[in-house]
Amino acid sequence: MNLAFRLSTDAAALRAGPGGERVRAASLAVNPRISQWLRFHADGSVEARPGKVEIGQGIVTALAQIVAEELDVSLARIRMVPAGTDTSPDEAVTSGSLSIQESGAALRQASACARALFLDAAAAQLQAAPETLQISDGEIRAVSDSTSGGTSGSTSRTTSYWALAAGINLDVDADTAIKPKAPADYRIVGTAAPRRDLPEKVFGTPRLIHDLVLPGMLHGRVVRPSAPGAHLESIDSSAVQTLPGVVCIVRDGSFIGVVAATELQANRAAEQLAQLAQWRETRELPDAQHLPAWLRAQPVESKVVDQRADPAIVSATRTMQATYSRGFVAHASIGPSCALARWPADAASGALEVWTHSQGIFNLRTDLALAFARAPETVVVHHVEGSGCYGHNGADDVAYDAALLARAVPGRTVRLQWTRAQELAWSPVSPAMRVDLEAALDDAGNILAWKHDVTSNGHGTRPGRAKTPALLAATHLEKPFEALIAVNAPLAAGGGAERNAVPLYNFPAWTITNHRLLTMPLRTSAMRSLGAHCNVFALESFIDEIAHARGEDPLAFRLRQLSDPRAIAVVERAAQLCNWRDDARGEGHGRGIAFAKYKNTGAYCAVIAEVDVAREVRVKKLWIAVDVGLVINPDGVRNQIEGGAIQAASFTLKEAVAFDRSRITSDAWEHYPILKFSEVPEVDIDLISRPDQPAVGAGEAAHGPVAAAIGNAVFNAIGVRVRDMPLTPERIISAMA
Amino acid sequence: MVQFTLNGNPCHSGAGDNALLLDVLRGDLGLTGTRFGCGANQCGACHVLVDGASVPACDTPLWAVAGKQVVTVEGLGSAAAPHPVQAALIVYQAGQCGYCLSGIQISAAALLARNPNPTDAEVRSALDRHLCRCGSHNRIVKAVLAAAQHMPPKPTESGA
Repeated sequence: MNLAFRLSTDAAALRAGPGGERVRAASLAVNPRISQWLRFHADGSVEARPGKVEIGQGIVTALAQIVAEELDVSLARIRMVPAGTDTSPDEAVTSGSLSIQESGAALRQASACARALFLDAAAAQLQAAPETLQISDGEIRAVSDSTSGGTSGSTSRTTSYWALAAGINLDVDADTAIKPKAPADYRIVGTAAPRRDLPEKVFGTPRLIHDLVLPGMLHGRVVRPSAPGAHLESIDSSAVQTLPGVVCIVRDGSFIGVVAATELQANRAAEQLAQLAQWRETRELPDAQHLPAWLRAQPVESKVVDQRADPAIVSATRTMQATYSRGFVAHASIGPSCALARWPADAASGALEVWTHSQGIFNLRTDLALAFARAPETVVVHHVEGSGCYGHNGADDVAYDAALLARAVPGRTVRLQWTRAQELAWSPVSPAMRVDLEAALDDAGNILAWKHDVTSNGHGTRPGRAKTPALLAATHLEKPFEALIAVNAPLAAGGGAERNAVPLYNFPAWTITNHRLLTMPLRTSAMRSLGAHCNVFALESFIDEIAHARGEDPLAFRLRQLSDPRAIAVVERAAQLCNWRDDARGEGHGRGIAFAKYKNTGAYCAVIAEVDVAREVRVKKLWIAVDVGLVINPDGVRNQIEGGAIQAASFTLKEAVAFDRSRITSDAWEHYPILKFSEVPEVDIDLISRPDQPAVGAGEAAHGPVAAAIGNAVFNAIGVRVRDMPLTPERIISAMA
Repeated sequence: MVQFTLNGNPCHSGAGDNALLLDVLRGDLGLTGTRFGCGANQCGACHVLVDGASVPACDTPLWAVAGKQVVTVEGLGSAAAPHPVQAALIVYQAGQCGYCLSGIQISAAALLARNPNPTDAEVRSALDRHLCRCGSHNRIVKAVLAAAQHMPPKPTESGA
């Protein structure tokens, strides 16, 4: 899902340095040359070329701040180059809240090295020692009083990046011994620089892939099978072929689509094709009403992911057990996935070009090359911003669809946007999960041992990592590629289903086990926070249950068992924000607290939720304390935390993919409701700034704690524990019965 | 041929009476700021002003706008002369992916035109037809409330 994933499977890279250092250096280790990251131009601009992409999270603004800071130039001089496989460093996938760690660290080091090269060149030209030079918005000035050259005129004592650019060779490896600026000297990093992408988004200026119009562009539409696993038995498409505007119909096994002159014509033709297609359905989906039982009944691969032994467990006098779950969750982007593709007019030469909002352009290139049996160098993938991306959604699939259609019209660009129904029913989904928890307690209710069993499909079927392409239509072809069963990233890279299953509390003993399903009736993959949403919900709910059984304040109970000072600080800060008191509420009003350190390596986040429970759960307010280490852009962090918290509240209260025994039925917004303006809670965020600590990502930190804080607040409000998400009115009623 | 006014300029389309306004705007007329989200009037991404009312262009046949004033996000304002809602969205950094923003601005502008001093609840109610997946809701509401303070005074006479 990211560079850490790749390097964690690479023993040589793991030996490259101790601890987090290897992660921070990862992007630069793979792409060592300064010129892969930076270009300086005589017109007074600097091009920065991250391989991470803007997916709505504001990363491009934060990365520009890092470059401007190291180079001592104004932000306006930094031009961020959209990523492309032909122009950018390969930074694998933009995911895991790692862009600041991976791309930010690489750009910082590359900038520090470039700065040093320019200073050396300037020193030679100005006949001054490099350490006597000062840089101000790219102008390099000698300020020493020693006039060794005998000249005192100021004109001869200045130069600039722009004047020197042509003579500096950046095709050299970045020297990792060169030290970047000390955080105490930051003037641009740490400020709330406005987002660079926002004005165009506000004014409706073409910017997103959905707005992209290329010369001579045709429009495609695909018809998906009637159900997952269904085969196209027959179709007589001759009547559709003659519809106005239809250029061609493309069929390969159970993949069928149409290319037409206009989008409307493509839509009409696809609607008719859908009517004419005869499908044979082969797969039975699980009983959506009994997913925890279904999960337990599946064949699994079990792995102990972490264990801590302590003989004290023999003194346990009782145990507590509870099972928590959630359903499948959809990405549900507001804009359906979209892509453009063009094959070379001459098949023997030239490249297949694809425009995509994929999170991993290099990984997509790998799979397109696999699927079309081409050399990767003959596939060029350009990133264009899309609608909000929260994980492995339909972006890669629609790119392959577009390429399959465009192959029929070499030399012409085909644009394809999925329908709303396709977006909701055919994007990968985030897996349903079951978490079984057990705690061994002593007489006083102290936790002696802890057992956490996760049962879930894997959270990863991302492209670019397997021997066969992980692209939806690849399994629909006449000669289909084998369908992949989702796997989990190694825990060193954050894990998948087991993400955040390992407690941060100092319990004496624990066993954490992940049971990965070996069946996959619904295609699952990575979505924001992966397993952390359900694991933290379960873990932090269970902590609350034990505290309640002991009659202890859940805040005090947590603090007593945390030893990491940064963890304690966020929990205490969240409690201060809302004037937490351990008073019984009830009668429909409640507060709940929860905490997690994302992936146990990322941001610390504590949340207190206030809810009203009547017929349904209304989250009134969320108080959030967060520590992301060094803050690159405080407003960006707040925006990500607040957005993540609201999305997590939506997952937790409302969201589950609906399906019958054949197909997904939540293929329209009316069947997949998300939190609306009138339902969104007030969110109060406090950032704990730690400039001395590495900067970590913020995008996924709130998901788990928000879910658990809401669950705990519901218990506080009505005295009933709801252990299955989403916390719908039906679930509340059945829990109360 | 259907004639209407688009962002202040006379406009005509031969796409057919029953063609959907969204297809015509994004297709022949090349105005891609209005976005396709669902095609079923359930997400708000494609809203435009028709005679001052915020309506889903995906559910509006061309004949329904004949002779009317249609305003899209491109006509609401520009970087040089932003609508107060647009200026406030930028000041409040109210947006992430931005896909939903075009439709939201349209409904916000329609609200402020008829209610220059809305409450927080009234803003949320006016925007409830608009889905946002990134979680920018609260910033957007704050921006709309702030924009209300900068709306030009209402014309003294109503109606066209």
